[in-house]
Amino acid sequence: MSEARKTGDRVLPRQQSNWDARAAANFICGGAGGGLLLATALASVHGEDLRPLVVVALALVGAGLLAVWFEIGRPWRALNVYLNAATSWMSREAMIAPFLFASGAAAVLFNWPLASWIAGLLGLLYLYCQARMLHANKGIPAWRHASCVGMMVATGVVEGAGLLCAGALYWPGLVAFGVLLAVLLAVRLLAWRKYLASLRSAGVPVGTSKALNALDVRFVWLGHAAPAVLGVVASLGGLPLLAVLAGVLAAATGAWFKYTLVCRAAFTQGFALPQTPSRGGNNAGPGVQPGWNRIQPE
Amino acid sequence: MSKRYAMVIDLRRCVGCQTCTAACKSANATPPGVQWRRVLDIESGKFPDVSRTFLPVACMHCANPPCMHVCPTTATKQREDGLVTIDYDICIGCSNCIMACPYDARSIEHDPRYAYGEPMKSEIARFDPERLSVATKCTFCKERIDLAAVTGQTPGLDPDVTPACVNSCISGAMHFGDVNDPDSNISMLLAETRHFRMHEELGTDPSVYYIWDGAKA
Ligand code: SF4
Ligand code: SF4
Repeated sequence: MSEARKTGDRVLPRQQSNWDARAAANFICGGAGGGLLLATALASVHGEDLRPLVVVALALVGAGLLAVWFEIGRPWRALNVYLNAATSWMSREAMIAPFLFASGAAAVLFNWPLASWIAGLLGLLYLYCQARMLHANKGIPAWRHASCVGMMVATGVVEGAGLLCAGALYWPGLVAFGVLLAVLLAVRLLAWRKYLASLRSAGVPVGTSKALNALDVRFVWLGHAAPAVLGVVASLGGLPLLAVLAGVLAAATGAWFKYTLVCRAAFTQGFALPQTPSRGGNNAGPGVQPGWNRIQPE
Repeated sequence: MSKRYAMVIDLRRCVGCQTCTAACKSANATPPGVQWRRVLDIESGKFPDVSRTFLPVACMHCANPPCMHVCPTTATKQREDGLVTIDYDICIGCSNCIMACPYDARSIEHDPRYAYGEPMKSEIARFDPERLSVATKCTFCKERIDLAAVTGQTPGLDPDVTPACVNSCISGAMHFGDVNDPDSNISMLLAETRHFRMHEELGTDPSVYYIWDGAKA
């Protein structure tokens, strides 16, 4: 396709502006909360009483939902969100929420291991709904790839494991999970590479490629290599402070990625001409897709 | 087979005058900054081999509309005749449909806006509070199309029941009709021209066709 030399009003992809930091907060807090519920259920086999972490997880999910409530245009009609579970992942996310809170509350109040497991699984499901919510948005090229689902789920699970490791500040026995964190970080790194590769092969708006390229190197080293090494060293050496640092790094970089995905890399599709029309005496010409390229590694 | 209303836009004819944009604003009283229809101006190629294309865009009334699938409230619906509609009484203004639409066709305005700051009489008369903080977009002038069922007129042929933008086009670039009827005005036009639909590869099955050349020789 030939290069576009000048474009008119809103031909080019632009960063979406309808979902701002409040929507990003729902993905950040909801994903981390869901991941933490899962991680806490898994860690409960360790024998510690980790119910305060369940409270933190529920607070995170609640904070995310509250943030999104502040974002929607007609908040007093918010219950209409339950009307389309047949096709809408936003409805499905909303439907899981009450069960997630109920099972989490039961786990905290009655210390039922089964409730903790149910909350953990619902946390994972919540995470999956959020990932599919992004994926269903065909208008945002950075979100619509299947690999975005894997990346979002992996990020939430890592955030949960990271927050669990951060709990080593109060439960030193949790340092053992530093190794698990490192393994999950390796999985997230693979998901990240796969995600970038799928965008590279399909092509994305220039702004998307810039935003993700700007994140890439620091995300890999600060978000994966550093916390993985710290997590393993913390586990092997029994060093809770290192486990805390590893966990915080893993969770914070997950939040950074999601913020970038929603508020920096979410460029719209823009417009394209498969053919330019024949006009006057001129023949039809080659097509053009202004504002698009393939992600080039820096 | 039920009707499926579609629009055919002849890119060979469009001169980028924005009359359809103005007609839409007049017919639908959209506030400043909200354009359900607009005409994009795209220059392409390298000097001296350059070309300029005027591309009218709006909601494509997709047959497989991602905006409807993601809508958590069922405010976005699809009618039998293919029109994709928004129920302002149900919409919560979550913007999910805006993210799902690959055609930048939807907008949400949270506050009233007027052309000159203070509302003019005409703006007060046509102000609709129901449209605040909910998603809005081109309706294919559905009230006109619904009128056709009462009057027996034919959308696309009779101006009273044809979208305002189509009526207004100064160069005869825009056409409207039932694409499921092989004898309709637009079916015949499509049969004798080469055309594309925007971002077809995304599987949205849009109802707007763009003619870019005559039939193959
Ligand atoms: S153009 Fe956008 S708003 Fe219109 S039906 Fe298609 S996806 Fe929905
Ligand atoms: S903004 Fe309204 S129409 Fe759009 S998805 Fe949300 S509830 Fe549905």
